[in-house]
Amino acid sequence: MYILKFVQQPWHWSVAGLLIGLTVPLLLILGNKAFGISSSLRHICAACFPANISFFKYDWKKESWNLFFAAGIILGGFIAGHFLQDGNNVQVAAATQARLATYGVHDYTALLPSEIFSWSNLFTWKGLIFFVIGGLMVGFGTRYAGGCTSGHAIMGLSNLQWPSLVATICFMAGGFFSANVLIPYLFKWFN
Amino acid sequence: MKNIKYLIAGVFFGIVLVKSQVISWFRIQEMFQLTSFHMYGVIGTAVVTGIISIQLIKRFNIKTMAGEPIAIAPKTFNKGQIFGGIIFGLGWAITGACPGPLFAQIGSGFTIVAVTLLSAIAGTWLYGALQSKLPH
Repeated sequence: MYILKFVQQPWHWSVAGLLIGLTVPLLLILGNKAFGISSSLRHICAACFPANISFFKYDWKKESWNLFFAAGIILGGFIAGHFLQDGNNVQVAAATQARLATYGVHDYTALLPSEIFSWSNLFTWKGLIFFVIGGLMVGFGTRYAGGCTSGHAIMGLSNLQWPSLVATICFMAGGFFSANVLIPYLFKWFN
Repeated sequence: MKNIKYLIAGVFFGIVLVKSQVISWFRIQEMFQLTSFHMYGVIGTAVVTGIISIQLIKRFNIKTMAGEPIAIAPKTFNKGQIFGGIIFGLGWAITGACPGPLFAQIGSGFTIVAVTLLSAIAGTWLYGALQSKLPH
């Protein structure tokens, strides 16, 4: 039981980073696969709604490993979320807590705040922005950029690719603007 | 059946994403508010581990399990990395998730994120439909 208790604590960044980094050689050795997740969204489009668009006309079945990998992430999320949590509140920096309080976010019992991420918000302005528009930007932006945090920031940088460095800098620039300018403004408008 | 190994790799990766709290909206806000080192530590360690791994694979000519030489396609630059990158960054801070964490959040019980995932699929589709009209 000591092992389970040990695993149930939040993992240190160095352990997490090491294990995420090792996913790169793991996928290469398993079958010459470049680590990346956003491509799975393209394969879903190609498989379900190709709509005669040339970008979705390719043999997605050849890339189906990526869909198995994504399905595995859901399953891994389930295992960790249901069996490997210690039940303690998420420890968040005081300065961020103070800022989130002005947004009306106070619930630290889970990894995502219930004030935003709940089904009751689906048909509200908050839901439209956090789920629908936010999701559209993630899907559109990653495909336009040719990769996401895994494909560019981790796989691309690991292979010393300068276009991935450009992409990573732009991810961060967008994130800084969003978290420090857009989101505070949006919450002022919601509340 | 040859894909089962990728499913298992995904399970491993999903557990790491949840346990490292990389899927937490709070951790993403901290990263972009510069109030915690956690995310920088995770991504930095992952990149250093990846660089060392790929250098070792190249140096020792390590093969895949099936005995094939390992080949990694280079990334080619286009303006999409700038425009798309910024759009993704804006969405990353709002949703608190990049594509990998979206799947892990759903699995760990935040079923509402399925709506975000469907929107991300729609966003990918929109890119496919508009691709020829966008600057690259």
